[in-house]
Amino acid sequence: MLILKLILRNAFRHKLRTVLTIVSITIAILAFGLLRTVVSAWYAGVAASSASRLITRNAISLVFPLPISYKDKIRQISGVKTISYGNWFGGVYIEEKNFFANFAVEPSTYLDLYPEFNLTPDETKAFLHDRKGFVAGRKLADKYSWQIGSLVTLKGTIFPGNWDFVLRGIYRGKDKTIDETQFFFHWDYLNETMKKMAPRRADQVGFYMIGVTRPELAADVAVSIDSTFKNSLAETLTETEKAFQLSFVSMTEAIVTVIEIVSLIIIFIIMAVVANTMVMTTRERIGEYAVLKTLGFGGWHIAVLIFGESLLITLLGCLLGIASTFPTAHAFGESMGTFLPVFNVETKTVALDFIAALSVGLVAAVIPVRRAIGIRIADGLRRIG
Amino acid sequence: MAIPFSYSMRNLLTRRLTTVLTAGGMALVVFVFSTILMLSDGLRKTLVETGSYDNVVVIRKGSSTEVQSGIEREQANIVETEPEIAIGRDGRKLLAKELVVLINLPNKDGDKPSNVIIRGINSSSVPLRPQIRLVEGRLPRPGSTEIVVGRSIYRTFKNVGINESVCCGLRNWRVVGIFDAGSTAFSSEIWGDADQLMQAFRRPVYSSVIFKLRDPVKFDTIKSRIESDPRLTLDARRETKYYLDQSEVMAKFLKILGFSLTLIFSIGAVIGAMITMYAAVASRTQEIGTLRSLGFRRRSILAAFILESLILGFIGGFVGLFIASFMQFITISTINFQTFAELAFSFVLTIENMIQAMAFSLIMGLLGGVLPAIRASRMNIVEALRTV
Repeated sequence: MLILKLILRNAFRHKLRTVLTIVSITIAILAFGLLRTVVSAWYAGVAASSASRLITRNAISLVFPLPISYKDKIRQISGVKTISYGNWFGGVYIEEKNFFANFAVEPSTYLDLYPEFNLTPDETKAFLHDRKGFVAGRKLADKYSWQIGSLVTLKGTIFPGNWDFVLRGIYRGKDKTIDETQFFFHWDYLNETMKKMAPRRADQVGFYMIGVTRPELAADVAVSIDSTFKNSLAETLTETEKAFQLSFVSMTEAIVTVIEIVSLIIIFIIMAVVANTMVMTTRERIGEYAVLKTLGFGGWHIAVLIFGESLLITLLGCLLGIASTFPTAHAFGESMGTFLPVFNVETKTVALDFIAALSVGLVAAVIPVRRAIGIRIADGLRRIG
Repeated sequence: MAIPFSYSMRNLLTRRLTTVLTAGGMALVVFVFSTILMLSDGLRKTLVETGSYDNVVVIRKGSSTEVQSGIEREQANIVETEPEIAIGRDGRKLLAKELVVLINLPNKDGDKPSNVIIRGINSSSVPLRPQIRLVEGRLPRPGSTEIVVGRSIYRTFKNVGINESVCCGLRNWRVVGIFDAGSTAFSSEIWGDADQLMQAFRRPVYSSVIFKLRDPVKFDTIKSRIESDPRLTLDARRETKYYLDQSEVMAKFLKILGFSLTLIFSIGAVIGAMITMYAAVASRTQEIGTLRSLGFRRRSILAAFILESLILGFIGGFVGLFIASFMQFITISTINFQTFAELAFSFVLTIENMIQAMAFSLIMGLLGGVLPAIRASRMNIVEALRTV
């Protein structure tokens, strides 16, 4: 008990210094937590994707289409339950910086395949009946204050021209991990227009989305789809939605690695600050440690005192940092909007915060403890300041 | 009268561990600050050097990159008739009708596939890009299924060495050469014969038309002629601008990320410096009293302590920059958000970056030192001397 009291008293002897140290730990933990959240937001698409959905695309790369005639051939393969298809539209809303994902999809099967997008039955009906209709996620509709019935024009980058759409539904995600910034519309609208404008590009889809009857069958179905189209003019590559999303993330892996390294550097910065505080504190108290030793306290008592003080300070800072991570992450997520659509602080991040703070507290106290224990009583008592 | 410089210097030397820890914290912040500046400058430099000022890129109206674009053969032929196009040594026009598509290639480490630009070229393509230099092998023969790969591609991807082959579009494309285009985006591309690639990929249209101007100032004339021609739905841009535009999103992303990070980090380091300087002032109260009674002014005391923290900042900045300068040996290869294709670029340390990073570090030192220094200068002589 006495030791606890001593630690508490010691920690707040130099109020200004302790408060400054705690503030810097708070900031560091906040920054660390935000960076980890950016990393997990990067993987959000992977986390939210299902293992029982497959994506089939052209084996050469994503920019090459597949003929629409593949739809019926794929449907015949055993294990395939639903099949939907679509194109990445790549339209620009007013300016290029207003980026959001927009797809042309076969609407009714797409909604069947993605039950996590919640639409009211009325909205679904209105969307299915209007060939120029589109559905947008809640966050996206909020950002540009679109309401049901709003007219929206996208400028095509891949499919030239201005394309008019009417908002027929605003979907909400089943839970917080679902991206609510997507925009999708009728594939038929795209295809009919292409038939008129550029017949060569009509009747082609960018990708097929396939629902399998049982998740265990996914791998087998993928293999049999690809072997069906082997050596054809458009060979296919089929993978689970998870693998497909992961391949996107791995392309930008370098950036994720940079963010991870930087989040480690902040831990080292803060280690230096805390270690400095502890070094200064113990330097000032060398005389006291000598007195404690004279009274018969052992080295480990002094060690507990110093480690305890360092841990107390870091843990206080850590708790404050974690508490401020949540509101900051929320604000940050709102401002990033469509670039990082899913931005939630994970439990894992909080656990990592604690581990980081603990290791900072321990490592920072190592040198001071060695110095304090190593000092000879006579030298300690003789020393001034 | 000013307190000698050596006083501040020696004070830092006495408490070596504290000095090292404080300056170390600052050095890490400067390191992060300058590497991110270096990264976004490297990206920009790569894409700026890719374009030539007197080259013009023509792509479909509304498209922002060659991959999105499509130009019909007739349209390309109309562009070819423009009189402003320069003539090459062989008497033919310096104009290339090119095809640009993405293919998936497996990465050297871990087989992870990534998107790579494959460019269909014709005989004018190489003369149009003076940066291109063959390192090994030869250029592909026109009309053959041979390809040459850029040096960054050769380093990053599998099966692209000489005489190996890349398989796509039901054909095998044999690698016959490796070219180096310096630190430009072309180093991250694969080149092959345009007509062969168009057939294999069943894409009967070109992606872009690139030509050299006979006279660089004629750009506006030809631009307005191409863009107002009712037979063409095309956009003309200077090649320099075309590539600079591609760096925009990524460079902005890196800048925002970098600045917000270093801002947060620097608060930590400033506090670290502040703690150190407060402790320095507190443990030297008597000394300050002595100095004052010897006749040194408050101003000199203030200056001495600020100088001390500026030295801390300088050491931090110097060490941080020193470590960061080694990052120039590293090349990063990642997907450019705008073209959706792999692009290799390196960290570039410019004089401006060095000045910015150094100034940043000195400001951190100054901010950390100002309050403690003011406290030191305000001390009462008698009380300061009396403290034990």
